[in-house]
Amino acid sequence: MTAPAVDAAKAVGVLFLAVVLQISIFSGIDILGGRPDLLLVTLIMIALRRGAIFGAAAGFGAGLLYDMGTFGTLGFIALLYTLVGYWIGRYGETTGRDRSHAPLLSVAVVTILFSVGALMLHFMLGQNAPARAVLLDSLVPTVILNLLLTFPVHAAINRIFRPADSAERVTEVRLLG
Amino acid sequence: MARNRSVSAVLGGSVSRPRPQPFPSRSRSAIRRRVVVGALVVLSLVLITASFREPANGFLHRVGGGGATVLRPFEVAAERVARPFRDAYGYMAGLVHAKQENERLRAELDQARQQANLGRSAVRENDQLRAALGFIDSPTFPRDFRAVNTRVLGAPASPFEQQVIIAAGSNDGIRLNAPVITQDGLVGLVTALTGSASQVTLLTDEGSAVPALDLDSSTNAGGLVRRGQGGSLILDRVPTEAQVSQGDQIVTAGSRSRQFPSLFPRGIAIGTVTSVGRTDTSPWTHVQIQPYVDFGSLDSVIVLVSKRRAPVLP
Repeated sequence: MTAPAVDAAKAVGVLFLAVVLQISIFSGIDILGGRPDLLLVTLIMIALRRGAIFGAAAGFGAGLLYDMGTFGTLGFIALLYTLVGYWIGRYGETTGRDRSHAPLLSVAVVTILFSVGALMLHFMLGQNAPARAVLLDSLVPTVILNLLLTFPVHAAINRIFRPADSAERVTEVRLLG
Repeated sequence: MARNRSVSAVLGGSVSRPRPQPFPSRSRSAIRRRVVVGALVVLSLVLITASFREPANGFLHRVGGGGATVLRPFEVAAERVARPFRDAYGYMAGLVHAKQENERLRAELDQARQQANLGRSAVRENDQLRAALGFIDSPTFPRDFRAVNTRVLGAPASPFEQQVIIAAGSNDGIRLNAPVITQDGLVGLVTALTGSASQVTLLTDEGSAVPALDLDSSTNAGGLVRRGQGGSLILDRVPTEAQVSQGDQIVTAGSRSRQFPSLFPRGIAIGTVTSVGRTDTSPWTHVQIQPYVDFGSLDSVIVLVSKRRAPVLP
């Protein structure tokens, strides 16, 4: 089995588990109005580790599975997670990969943008879009809970997905001229 | 994407540098990246549009139901693993207010005993009068309903969603639009189902509206129970002349209109009135309700399956 195929298999397994845990356990946790989003945090960690294309594909798959599991509008969460996976993947590829604060920064920013994006999409579809509840009552506690989730999820993803290109690391300095 | 890890240093002075060109592999990779994400976004939008427009029994809904069926055993397993921890947390949290709650519940129990005695005699008298009249009624709660007790698998994941997933479906006799209750009162309505799981839309959803009446009102006041501002429940469309007071009990009214028959049988408890407001400009009384059901901590629910066919309107 090739390395990308192994990575894809691992991502499928991890995200499937995250979807199941999110629907059956984490969705029922309500602390000061905030709800931890294990699936979002897991997706961010995978995208940071594996880049934009992998992140977008993982986001689409995980979102679609989540939409199915919750009887939601098919494609709704898939669209938002695709954008999250792509954007965070790009951040990981360009500036964020080697920065220690990248996981926390990504989770905090994406949690806020995801809430705003979901709110706008719900509003455009004419569905229930309680802006006050989302942006004032639950956003800050949700960001804090997601940040707390980041530490264990980051450690677990780092163990499962080893660095992608150890062969490409700097091994020598070539002098020209 | 891999960075260019090889570090090159140019020693020596007057070397003419060529104009920097984009790396062919990088530009190819950028195009591929954009094509992939563009395709996934377009696919998502197509799915949203198709899923949103098709009827409830359409192809995509069936596909979604199939996915939910596949996920269900894993959700049940995860829920069983988490249950002891959740119960332990609930037990510890309950201890904090146990004494106060105990006193309150004892007072309520005394009151409920008195009301139950009155109610029992009223029911007996009502049955005798109905028998004497040969009164033909529509299905009544709870006599004409079979209860399907089931576990809640997934709570609302965000403030957008006011639906829960339950571990029983059409294989258990549940049908679309079946009312869902707990021991405390009305929860909502089954709005989607597969063979082994169902989606219940809660009373707190913006799309929910339940015809209800005030049991304690001398004017038989009634209206529609709906979601109000801030997620609370209100009794809407109550005329200003209707007598509604704080502490009144609100129950489902059953069908009151021939044109719009209710999906809920009469007599299911919903909540108590917490505030009543009237203004000179509004033709309606503003009635706020505290629901009996705690929608945030639903563990198990009862789906009501009618034993009798609902009357078909001519």
